[in-house]
Amino acid sequence: MSVSESGLKVGARGLRRALKGDVASSILAVIASFLVGALIVLLFGYSPWEAYKALLQGAFGSWYAASQTLANATPLIFTGLAVALAFRGGVFNIGGEGQLYVGGFAAALAGIYLHLPGVFSLLAALAAGALAGALWAFIPAILTGRNPAILVVTTIMMNPIGTLLADYLLRYHFLGPGATTFETAPVAPAAVLPRFSDQSQLSFGILLAIAGIGLVYYLLFHTAWGFELRAVGYNPLAAKYAGMRSFRNTLATMAVSGALSGLAGAVVILGVYQRFVGGFSPGYGWDGIAVALLARNSPFAIILTAGLFGALRAGGINLNMATNLPVDLINVLLGLVICFVAAPDILRFLFSANWRLKRRPSND
Amino acid sequence: MDFILEGRKVTKRFPGVLANDAIDFQLKPGEVHAILGENGAGKSTLMNIFFGLQQPDSGKILIRGKEVRLTHPAVAIAHGIGMVHQNLMLIPHLTVAENVILGREPVRRSAFIDSEKAVKEIALLAQKYGLEVDPTTHIENLPLGVRQRVEILKALYRQADILILDEPTSVLTPQETKELFATLKALAGQGKSVIFITHKLKEVFEVADRITVLRGGKLIGSATPQEKDESSLAEMMVGREVLLRVEKTPAQPGEIVLRVEDLSVKSDSGHLAVDGVGLEVQSGEILGIAGVEGNGQSELVEALAGLRPLVKGRIWLKGREITEDPVRSIREQGVGIIPEDRQKQGLVLEYPVDDNLVLNCYYQKPYNTGLRMDWKKVSAYARELVGKFDVRTPSLEAAASTLSGGNQQKMIIARELQGGLKLLIAAQPTRGVDIAAVEFIHRQLVAARDSGCAILLVSADLDELMALSDRIAVIYRGRIVGRLSAAEATRWLLGRLMLGLDGSKE
Repeated sequence: MSVSESGLKVGARGLRRALKGDVASSILAVIASFLVGALIVLLFGYSPWEAYKALLQGAFGSWYAASQTLANATPLIFTGLAVALAFRGGVFNIGGEGQLYVGGFAAALAGIYLHLPGVFSLLAALAAGALAGALWAFIPAILTGRNPAILVVTTIMMNPIGTLLADYLLRYHFLGPGATTFETAPVAPAAVLPRFSDQSQLSFGILLAIAGIGLVYYLLFHTAWGFELRAVGYNPLAAKYAGMRSFRNTLATMAVSGALSGLAGAVVILGVYQRFVGGFSPGYGWDGIAVALLARNSPFAIILTAGLFGALRAGGINLNMATNLPVDLINVLLGLVICFVAAPDILRFLFSANWRLKRRPSND
Repeated sequence: MDFILEGRKVTKRFPGVLANDAIDFQLKPGEVHAILGENGAGKSTLMNIFFGLQQPDSGKILIRGKEVRLTHPAVAIAHGIGMVHQNLMLIPHLTVAENVILGREPVRRSAFIDSEKAVKEIALLAQKYGLEVDPTTHIENLPLGVRQRVEILKALYRQADILILDEPTSVLTPQETKELFATLKALAGQGKSVIFITHKLKEVFEVADRITVLRGGKLIGSATPQEKDESSLAEMMVGREVLLRVEKTPAQPGEIVLRVEDLSVKSDSGHLAVDGVGLEVQSGEILGIAGVEGNGQSELVEALAGLRPLVKGRIWLKGREITEDPVRSIREQGVGIIPEDRQKQGLVLEYPVDDNLVLNCYYQKPYNTGLRMDWKKVSAYARELVGKFDVRTPSLEAAASTLSGGNQQKMIIARELQGGLKLLIAAQPTRGVDIAAVEFIHRQLVAARDSGCAILLVSADLDELMALSDRIAVIYRGRIVGRLSAAEATRWLLGRLMLGLDGSKE
């Protein structure tokens, strides 16, 4: 083997590891849910063909549609990465929604009140969002992180605390001057994440999200920190025996995961609304769990799964206008995807008659 | 009718493995028949087929000369086959009687379990076969040896004529093993037929009337113990000549490497598992810790490795106190740890071989260059270790879970024996590992000793302890109850001390 060849092999190694996983079953899950979705559409007396056509047009039919798909995907990439990274480290961070909300709020405040030269206003606002998200994940982690099973409960309970706290602060301390709706004053123009065009909600946030994918991949698969994080995630006991400090690791994992969720909020606030709007998130934090699950926690696959979810959200509006089918059909489709991902045996049963033969031999 | 159970050309294929390749097997009535083979030889598969847990792809099974199809364990039981699994399948919270009758409860007025009748029947059965046990005690209060007796009773209660025991001695003390063998002989004497799976050669000679050897899914041959000796059987098992005895020169003990003073540690459930233990291990010697499992060995190892908080006591490594040091710092001072459970504590099974080999040093140069892992260096280092320690793996990128137990263990040994080692804590270093790997691992431990390393060896395998140790300490209920030199240690003496009995003659 020549030197360059082996170098290539080693370079591709992290990549292969990142992509490793059950790609086929995720694709099957999507196909299966669309098939079952078609049956449901039929049951309601509509043509599945028309429905999916409308959905597709709404998601990709024009530049505007495609940009809306990407705009919807942007926060989902961040929240998906947040969940995937935590999962790799063995913790189930379902506090994404709260972390995103406080992240968005902190980013807005920084954008309104911090006036820094040039691009630093924007950077400071983004950093504020990430920090707030990190803090919101760190609090439950330091209180209960020694027992990741409890961490699931505490992160979820931090969600209403975060959203209600931000709403309270908004209502009694930070309402915009003369605001008739539930929102702050606009952020300083220097802190706005620019959009690609005035019509679309797509901002430069999508580029940050893509950079985020690269960063998370690098962290997980090319640093000692990521090596340790994944080892603790797979087998905390063996990690401990090898000398790793799993609690410290869990704290760091949660902080980075929370920062990613916080960035999701910051990117929507600074790019789309350019001020803090109460209730701005339609559940990006929650959808991030599904995005990560479908992507099998692979950073690169998240761009596809977040894209799929973004497309369904964007296309759903057109589906409703074109066919009278309720937008909720989208939720049904997403729910089906999750069912099929979470219960792969159903798929195996549906797609392969002889699945019983694939069982592994017993240990001798 | 010559044979009570017969398999003709039994073949079972799993994806990628031919687990049983046209195996012929005959069991005579009233014999104890040992099935001998390494891990992966196909012993368990064959037994699972006889017990109806798996269906053969081809071949015939005859019971009392009639061909049968054992499609389910219930069918096998109906044909008089009983199986005692390696992991006993008893419900701890129920009594002996309740466990025995489970699924076959004697019923009173068609709705109520007739416990009295059950207890009486079981007491009678136990008496008949000399299986001493009180039917009304709860399983959780019984030692493993007695629990195993209950399993045998369970099979007899279901009127088994053929008993299959899967590695029954792996959890027993020498005394319990002896009792089990006596039971098996008694059962055979009363006309029952016993199949006894093992990979321990000594046992075969103690109890078996006939021996069948399997290797790699193939039948290698059958013999009586009179026709063979240990080394020829070992050769049949492994396929090449094997060194059964550990070759080593007398120890050259040097300075004291590990000193433990008045160490007390609690178990997970909060009781005092290690109770005032004091130890010293010198460089160039192997100190063996003997004991029935669950007498504080695991907690002792974890405490020494910095993995478990101490109740009291102090620990020194080469004169420097390490009582409060965390695991990583202890490791960096030259301590290697071979954990007792390689899959749960020793390896990240999902990680490939090379990642597992750097699990203790990945954060150091040259593997970690600060912001980036140098995977090329990791691979090179792993390749070197895999070669040096003869780890059989398809590639460095194969997940550790895909390797055999012996090769997994060799990986851990390779990893832990590196880098200026002063002390090696080896817990059950050869558990569940095939003979060839045992031989290799033993040689590595002795080589480490000879190069000046101090070794603390914890093992449930008395043969291993006696073969490797230069000194032996016996632990019972968290206390050291005996200290012997290798020359003084006999199986009998160790066995008595392990059971908490007086070590002097009766």
